[in-house]
Parts: sequence; structure tokens; C-alpha cells
Amino acid sequence: MLRKLFAAAQVAGVFGAGLLAMASPALAETTQAPLKDVHWSFDGPLGMYDQAQLQRGYKVYHEVCSSCHSMNLVAFRNLGDPGGPFWNPKYPNPNNNPVVKAIAKDFKIADIDPDSGDEIKRPGTTADYFPAPFANDAAARAANGGAMPPDMSLLAAAREGGPQYIYSVVTGDTPSAPAGLAVPAGKFYDPWMSGDVSAFYKGDPHKIPVGGVIAMPPPLTDDRVTFDDGTKATVDQEAKDVAAFLQWASDPKMEERKQTGVAVMIFLILFSGLLYGSYREIWRKVGH
Amino acid sequence: MSEHPSTYQPGSAIERWLDARLPIIRFSADLMSFPTPRNLNYWYTFGGILSFCLVVQIVTGIVLAMHYNPSAAGAFVSVQRSIMRDVNYGWLIRGLHSNGAAMFFLAVYIHILRGMYYGSYKAPREVLWLLGCVIYLLMMMTAFMGYVLPWGQMSFWGAKVITSLFGALPLVGKPLTTLLWGGFSVDDPTLTRFFSLHYLLPFVIAAVVALHIWALHVPGNSNPTGVEVKSASDSVAFHPYYTVKDLFAISLFMILFAIFVFYMPEAMGKVDNQVAADPLKTPAHIVPEWYLLPFYAILRAIPDKLTGVLALGGAIAMLFILPWLDTSKVRSMRYRPTYRMFFFVWILASLALGWCGSQEPDGVIIPGAGPGPIFLDYGINTVTWLSRIGALYYFAYFLVITPLLGFFETPLPVPDSLYTPVLSHPAGVPAGAAAAPETKG
Repeated sequence: MLRKLFAAAQVAGVFGAGLLAMASPALAETTQAPLKDVHWSFDGPLGMYDQAQLQRGYKVYHEVCSSCHSMNLVAFRNLGDPGGPFWNPKYPNPNNNPVVKAIAKDFKIADIDPDSGDEIKRPGTTADYFPAPFANDAAARAANGGAMPPDMSLLAAAREGGPQYIYSVVTGDTPSAPAGLAVPAGKFYDPWMSGDVSAFYKGDPHKIPVGGVIAMPPPLTDDRVTFDDGTKATVDQEAKDVAAFLQWASDPKMEERKQTGVAVMIFLILFSGLLYGSYREIWRKVGH
Repeated sequence: MSEHPSTYQPGSAIERWLDARLPIIRFSADLMSFPTPRNLNYWYTFGGILSFCLVVQIVTGIVLAMHYNPSAAGAFVSVQRSIMRDVNYGWLIRGLHSNGAAMFFLAVYIHILRGMYYGSYKAPREVLWLLGCVIYLLMMMTAFMGYVLPWGQMSFWGAKVITSLFGALPLVGKPLTTLLWGGFSVDDPTLTRFFSLHYLLPFVIAAVVALHIWALHVPGNSNPTGVEVKSASDSVAFHPYYTVKDLFAISLFMILFAIFVFYMPEAMGKVDNQVAADPLKTPAHIVPEWYLLPFYAILRAIPDKLTGVLALGGAIAMLFILPWLDTSKVRSMRYRPTYRMFFFVWILASLALGWCGSQEPDGVIIPGAGPGPIFLDYGINTVTWLSRIGALYYFAYFLVITPLLGFFETPLPVPDSLYTPVLSHPAGVPAGAAAAPETKG
């Protein structure tokens, strides 16, 4: 422990004395269980999103996650973009997509009435962004035991392992914590949550449980949602689908990126071949 | 330029008219016909690759600046919402720019190592080498400020850590940090001045690149043998011989570049940077981008902050003074097997330092062996001690090995002309080259 304090002091010295108080968490041992192995339709250089899965995932997000988590960077129209959950080639402009329009209309968006200047709520349009469930960060913290539910627009990109991590965490809450671990009231132990539980652990210091505590109660149960395509809504299915949806939310241009990539790679390989041929031809008579 | 007689013949009346007033066509033609050693290998294509990288960064950067909002409130949203989601092919332009920075550093490191291996820094090319070091320094500054602009968690905390380093300097430290920050912490003014400088510095780099190329065209290229060009048959015209070779190399480089841009655009980034900057929440593990990690390891290896900062600066300064540290008369390491061995160990030490920079300082090197006896706050079997050993070798290579080896080593025989080893190359003997072997003093 003393050595750790020395180390903390040294790092703090490097980072500037002003950071001293903040430098100690930098040395906390964050651990987590190895992520659960999931195979996704979007794995690999040619993998694309499974649209039915994105639609199911959107339903889980809408009916479960969105009561606490915002998704500030995503607009309703994005749902109908190419590669998105409700993309329909009949509506190249997603603002004309009837599914997207219907989804947007069900949301109440804060606005100012242009005639009276009063604050009003109006039905959403495809151009609006998903409204946040709480008025501000303080309200979000107050309603969630002091913890801030992270914004979901980039959640999959902001965690090592991306959708795998989300799948592991939402299926990973254990109702009974390991012996010696006193989980604080209102928190839950999750071996897949990247964190450090040493502060709550009273047992053998060499056997500190991996993982962290999370303020989110286990969010999914069997049949928590009813999938429109008749897929059985098990916890596992819901978790996979919402993780895939959040991966799309983080990386909505993946399909365009990978498709462009194929054309670019073919071009570059042919172009390199042509240049190599030119190089050989030009240098043919010159010793080097 | 210097001893390269112009062969340009104005072909028309208008070209003659222009040639008498602004000989810009002659200038370009002379660049294209510049005599270049015929034995340059693929390691010499990285100069061309670097020009390509600079153009890519400037072009994509100008477009990104059209959509970017340089404010603490708007930066993250303008990057992650406007550029990545709404701007047509914005993901591509940003992917090229952010991965392009890493590719730029990959290429510049190979270019620097090539210069070190073939002794390209030695007389009469010291100024060429110094200008290259200036470009590298400017690149590091530009890259660091560019990394701050997306205003994610790692942008913010990286800026905080690096700018705080200047605070260690005596007397000027505190006012300098305040000046860098534009206030008393990293905030809106810091972001806006970094944006301004990030837009300015690439053009300064372009200007120094022009000087670098000028300084190259006075003595001409070095080459793998280290023997200067002695006769006309030792060299070929830059165009088409090296334009085609450089273009082929650039094309291969673009394939590697495209693999990152299209298939793993975030592979070299940090996941923390996908979270908007939060001054109240320190990330668990603050690490710079991979291309700065060896210097970061040297900084952390030293317990005293000021000494650490000076060591970091000294590590870069070593490159600047290298031409005056090397006492050997032989240019290329091809003929210096002992020095070559020390050089490869130096590359390994630099890579090890890079790895150390990415690890926690008290991380254990050999698992299961325990931390070992503790000196200076850390056990021997820790990342900090590996960094210390690596840093010691890093400096010893420049300050002890390089100066002394020139007196003690026995180099291999150096060929009389750069063309001699070419002639022994069986496939490449041209019919008309039979007259070439005689060497001119």
C-alpha cells in the first residue's frame, strides 16, 4: 500500500501537483471478466447489419433503455438512412419513410409556440433528435442514485469490446455477490463491468473479485418486450439485439464504409499492379 | 540546382517569354531531371510517401475545418454528429485525417531510421538533416494539438497532462502554461488557440519541407553505399526513374492506409475519446498516441518532474546533434557491422520504451517473479525500471557509443563507387554499362 502511495505521488508529480487528488484513481486496478463470445452479422470486412435485428434492438432501446439513457446524436431520420433499422429503398429520403414518420410523431418534443411564445410540447418530426429522458445531467443523476446513465449514441464505440461488452454487462448482473463483497445499497455487482471493487471487499486481498459495481439494475427479463417478427424475447436475444442496435447507433455509416472500402481496395491493387509494370518497364535497361 | 546544368529548352515563344521573366517551367523541369543515384532502394521512397501524407492531411484538414466548431460546447458534437453522421462522406474525410496522422508518423519514423542507417545526416547534409528534425518537431506539435480538437476525454486529459509539463520549467513555467491555456485550466480558450495553431502549423511544415528539398538538391541524395555520385553513369534522372518508383511505393502505402480507414478506423484511437470531455472525471489511464509513447516512457522513468521534462526534450535533441556525435568517416552502416548491431538494439530499446509508455508504471514485466528489490520507489521487475534501462541505452547510444565507435571499430571495405555493387548484381547489368566501372576520383 505504501508503495502504491509512493507511485501515486510520483505520477502526481509528473502530472502536476494540481492533479494530485485525481491521480489516485489512475492507479486503481480496473478488472473485468473475459467478455462473452458473441458472433455478429457485422463482424469482418464484409459483415453488414442484420436489419431485422436492428429493428428488434430499436424496440428494446425504445421500451427499456430510453427511460434512463439519452441518445443525443441520433435523429429520427437516421433510423431510415441506408444501413439503418428502417431503411427502405422505396424512400431514399428517410424523411418520407412512413415508419420513421410514425416513430417521430409518437415523441413529444419541447418547443416554443411561435404565436404565443409559450413553452410547448409538439409531436416530433423526422428532423428532430431523440429527446433525452431527463431535463439535464443533475436531474439524471438525482433520479438514478447519483449515477449518470451514459448517453447511448456512442456507447458501443466508447467501451473496449463494443457490442460484446454491452451484451456481457446487460446479461451479467449477478443477484448474489461473491462472499466478502459488500455491494453498496442501490448498486449491483457485475463481473463484466470494467471496474474496481476492492473498496467494498473484505476477504482475501489476493482474491479480489473481477469486475465492478453498476448502478443499473439488471435491465432485461424474458418477454420484457414483444418482438414484432415473432422472435422469442429471451434475455439473451434482447441483449444481443440491443447491443447490435447500439453498434449501429455508434457507427451508422459502417455499411457505406465497408462497401466503399471494397471498391477502393480493388482499385488500389490494380493501380499498384499497373505502376509496378511501369516501374519494371522504365528500369528495364538501367542497372540498379 | 548547384552543379546540375539546366537542360530545359523553351519550346515556344510564350515559354521563352516566360523563361526570361519567371523561369518557373525551367525550375520544375530541372527538379524533374535532377540527377539521382541509381542505387536507391525502397527505403528511399518514404520521402515521396511523406509528401503524399502532408498533402492528404492538409486537404482533408481544410474540409474538416469547414464543418468543425472550435468551442468547448460545440466541438464534440460537430465532430461526432455533423462530420461523422451528416456530412457526405464526412466519416471518410475524418478517417483519412485521423488515421493519416498515424500513417504520417509511421512513414516519418521509417524515413528517420533510414537516414540514421545510411548515415544520411553526415557532411555535407547536416542542414538537410536539421531541417528534417525541425519538421518532425513541428509534426509532433501539430499532431498533439489536432488530437485535442475532437474534445473527447483523452483529448482533454492529454492536453492537461502535456501542457502541465511546461509548468515544471523554472521561472517561465507558470506564465508559459497560463499562456498555453489562455487561462488557468484547459478550457474554451485552449481549444480555440490549439485550433488556430493546428491550422497554421501544417503550412509552416510545408515551408520547411520546401527548404528540406532545397537542401537535398544542393549535395544531392545520399544512397545505400554512402559513396557520393562520382560520374554521370552513377545517377539517373529523377523523372521518370524515381517518380515511377515513388508512385508505386505510395500506392502500396495507400493500400495499408485504406485497410485502416475502411476496416478499422478506430484501431489506433482510444475508446475514451468517444466520450465528451469532462473536466471533473479523470480517465483511468491517460496515454498519448502511439507515436509519442517512447518519449512518454522516458518522462515517467525519472522521478523528478523537471529532470523528466528535460530528458524528454533531450531525447528529441539527440536527433538534432547526431551529425556532430558521429565520428566515423564511413557513412553507411552497410560497412559498419558493429555500429549496425548497436543501432538495431537502439531500435529495440525505442520499441520497448514505446511499450512501457502504454503500461502502468508499476506494472510487472516478468509475471510471477514479483516486483523484486525496491529502488527509487519501484521494484526492479516493473515497467518503470524497464523504462529506465531503455532510456539509459537510448542516451548512451547517442552520447557514448556513436562518438566512441568511430575511433574503435574497423569498418568493412567501402566500394570505390556507388555503382560497383550494382555491377555485381547479375540481373541488372545493362548492355551499355560496360564502360562505367572505371571510377573517377
